[in-house]
Amino acid sequence: MLKIALSKGRIFDETLPLLAQAGIVPLDNPEKSRKLILDTNDPEVKLVIIRATDVPTYVEYGAADLGVAGKDVLMEYGSEGLYEPVDLKIAQCRLMTAGFVDKPAPTHGRLRIATKYVNTAQRFFAEKGIQVEVIKLYGSMELAPLVGLADCIVDVVDTGNTLRANGLAPLEHIAHISSRLVVNKAAMKMKHAQVKLLIQQLQAAVDSRG
Amino acid sequence: MSYQDRWLLPAGITEVLPTEAVRLEHLRRRLVDLYTRWGYEFVITPMIEYLDSLLVGTGHDLDLQTFKLTDQLTGRMMGVRADITPQVARIDAHNLKREQPTRLCYMGTVLHTRPDGFAGSRSLYQVGAELYGHAGIASDAEILSLMLATFEAAGITALHVDVGHVGIYRGLVAKAALSEAQQAELFEAMQRKARAEIANLLQQWQVETGLQQMLLSLVALNGDVQVLNEAAKALENAPEEVKAALQSLVQLTQLLPDAVLHFDLAELRGYNYHTGIVFAAYIIGQGQAIAQGGRYDDIGKVFGRARAATGFSTDLRSLTALMPDFESDACKVFAPAQVEPSEAFTATVNALRAEGEIVICGLAGQTGEAAAMGCTHELQKIEGNWQVISL
Repeated sequence: MLKIALSKGRIFDETLPLLAQAGIVPLDNPEKSRKLILDTNDPEVKLVIIRATDVPTYVEYGAADLGVAGKDVLMEYGSEGLYEPVDLKIAQCRLMTAGFVDKPAPTHGRLRIATKYVNTAQRFFAEKGIQVEVIKLYGSMELAPLVGLADCIVDVVDTGNTLRANGLAPLEHIAHISSRLVVNKAAMKMKHAQVKLLIQQLQAAVDSRG
Repeated sequence: MSYQDRWLLPAGITEVLPTEAVRLEHLRRRLVDLYTRWGYEFVITPMIEYLDSLLVGTGHDLDLQTFKLTDQLTGRMMGVRADITPQVARIDAHNLKREQPTRLCYMGTVLHTRPDGFAGSRSLYQVGAELYGHAGIASDAEILSLMLATFEAAGITALHVDVGHVGIYRGLVAKAALSEAQQAELFEAMQRKARAEIANLLQQWQVETGLQQMLLSLVALNGDVQVLNEAAKALENAPEEVKAALQSLVQLTQLLPDAVLHFDLAELRGYNYHTGIVFAAYIIGQGQAIAQGGRYDDIGKVFGRARAATGFSTDLRSLTALMPDFESDACKVFAPAQVEPSEAFTATVNALRAEGEIVICGLAGQTGEAAAMGCTHELQKIEGNWQVISL
């Protein structure tokens, strides 16, 4: 029995075609069904639907054998407890700092950064030699500079439309983000036949898209 | 602190209540006996000692995990042990100073600053065995067998043993002549088995193509014993020390023909201090290893005497939680309260205890009788004789 942890929305939608190429098709649609564990055509494979930020936790502790998580989530979580064998090249975007283009950084006091990626932001600015004050937010990061809560934000940027609509612009590139297949270390060892096969199939599915 | 939270323990600190404690102690005794029969001498190391000696060898890995305080007598930093292994290594290298192989075992609580693992415990009950003074694969095989015997003693079956050898990766990286920063980056990606990232890094650094392929092949070299054959092909052109490391894994399978071993050539746990074979035990339903071990030959050097060393350790609390229920064959006998115990009564109680039964003496005016006290039997005076009656 393999349990694969997925989050609803973009990751789920873009993982499905890859799983289909590996011969795994869910029997329910998570947008319609209220079930949290979805059966698939393969009785040995179940899909567990959880929040994106919970995927590494479920997989690290073996509550799910595999999962799909964005690199942004993994960078923030600290992924040394997980295997990360396949870059699925889906749900691609960029992790960036963003703020007002024409507004200079404050000359005295620390730069204040609003983000949900507290560790990643701290690390990024530390590597640049800048000490910052990080404010943890759970959503609508764009609002923070507008109301003076922070000088700039760290967030994932796809089209940049939300930023522009609020008079902000992407500033510095932190990392390219795509979703990764993560695997529980014990599952990789104990269910290696099943897990390795799935890894190969997913890798092949990714490669076939070029 | 209000009355309601006065009972709260710090995060990750646990107490063991009677039902669990009896199981834990039962297993603890069984394991001490087991190790003694294998010729491992029991040692008891101090709870606290100077930080300098506590952190040697395993070094930085333990630094963050160690609770520290200042010794009021000397002003030196002391640490509460977070791992007993370096202490035992010191005992071997400095106190015992033997030339012949030395086998030591230990049990005791260790304290961690950060909760680790799924249970989030900060106070583990570490149990382990170490074999010093022999550098060959035979001692690794013995330690691995003893780890298997430990699980057998705990009644834990369906074990998955995963074996690696840090010499394989180390040999290949040495050949690649990478900078320290590059090594750290590659190591980090290797631990995640992030194949695409590793390929990118190696290409970017213009590592020689053959070497690139060998390093990349490690990521996929995991699974059953068949992996060793694949590895022999994939690492055909590897440096000699890499091939020797691989050969020692083959020897291990020959020395332990009955053990079902799995291999993972990219397993780098404890890479900073391990020097040879590394292994870990997993069981179904547990997402993380429950025992680990391996070879760490250089640890005695800082105590003035480098000694070959190999060992394993596990957590007695985790083992106890996984151990199947066991039935104690001792009866629990309730002896009713006596105003003036007769000689015959006292003699009967003593005799029962000498036989290994549990006898609980009633106290005059106490609340609850035999059944409430959890007793299965009761002492009753029948025709002038004290007799054990089943309830």
